[in-house]
Amino acid sequence: MKIGILVSEGPYTHQAADSAYKFVSAALAAGHEVPRVFFYHDGVNVATRLSVPPQDERHIQQQWTALAKEHGVDLVVCIAAAQRRGMLDANEAERQGKDANNIADGFRISGLGQLIEMGIQTDRLVTFGD
Amino acid sequence: MSDVKKFLYVNRRAPYGTIYALESLEVVLIGAAFEQDVALAFVDDGVFQLTKGQNTDGIGVKNFSPTFRALGDYDVQKLFVERESLEERGLSEDDLIEVVYEDEDDDWEEKPAIHVVSRAEISDVMAGADVVLSF
Repeated sequence: MKIGILVSEGPYTHQAADSAYKFVSAALAAGHEVPRVFFYHDGVNVATRLSVPPQDERHIQQQWTALAKEHGVDLVVCIAAAQRRGMLDANEAERQGKDANNIADGFRISGLGQLIEMGIQTDRLVTFGD
Repeated sequence: MSDVKKFLYVNRRAPYGTIYALESLEVVLIGAAFEQDVALAFVDDGVFQLTKGQNTDGIGVKNFSPTFRALGDYDVQKLFVERESLEERGLSEDDLIEVVYEDEDDDWEEKPAIHVVSRAEISDVMAGADVVLSF
């Protein structure tokens, strides 16, 4: 089965990104396809590469980046939600005249159309949020 | 693109206080370009999103309620509002804004897009949807 994932709450504050990660890992292990994960609302904050959690805690962004590299999952961060919250890739930082960018490897910034497209193209859309 | 799917946007939260309602509307507006079968459901505090006379001057947040009235222009024709949620909050249909769309199958007559329905009917709408996005 083709499963699309929506993560709509922020990391560490909320379990959504953790549960989604575990769900996606289990789904892939069971032979399902997860072509894309879409990050919306505070979920966009998962993609920051500047997160430094204590060493004895899980590193949520790095878990997702590793998953994307290993399985080719397309990790998409909503551009409108990201810009509100100070999440910029190198291109957007330059375009907006900002002096830094913070999107981690494996994630890309794109529009809400990617969420709708995921809903159209997958068999199930599973939301992790509140 | 494959077949048309039934998209349902479920709005559960008050329009202000959190960003969910605004960012839900942003998805609806983008999604309207994809020519899918779109419906919105308003339940719990989500019914406040459609109330008349919203004024956000005191909270420094943009009043986005006029945007709902534009949904008809995006060919969004089904806004289901749960009657029980209205009643539990002392509201009735008279407290809601008007949203109309032009019915291309009926000589472009203007028709109301807001339908106040029972909790059981909302349940049926959810069960019949292919993709449910909950905000």
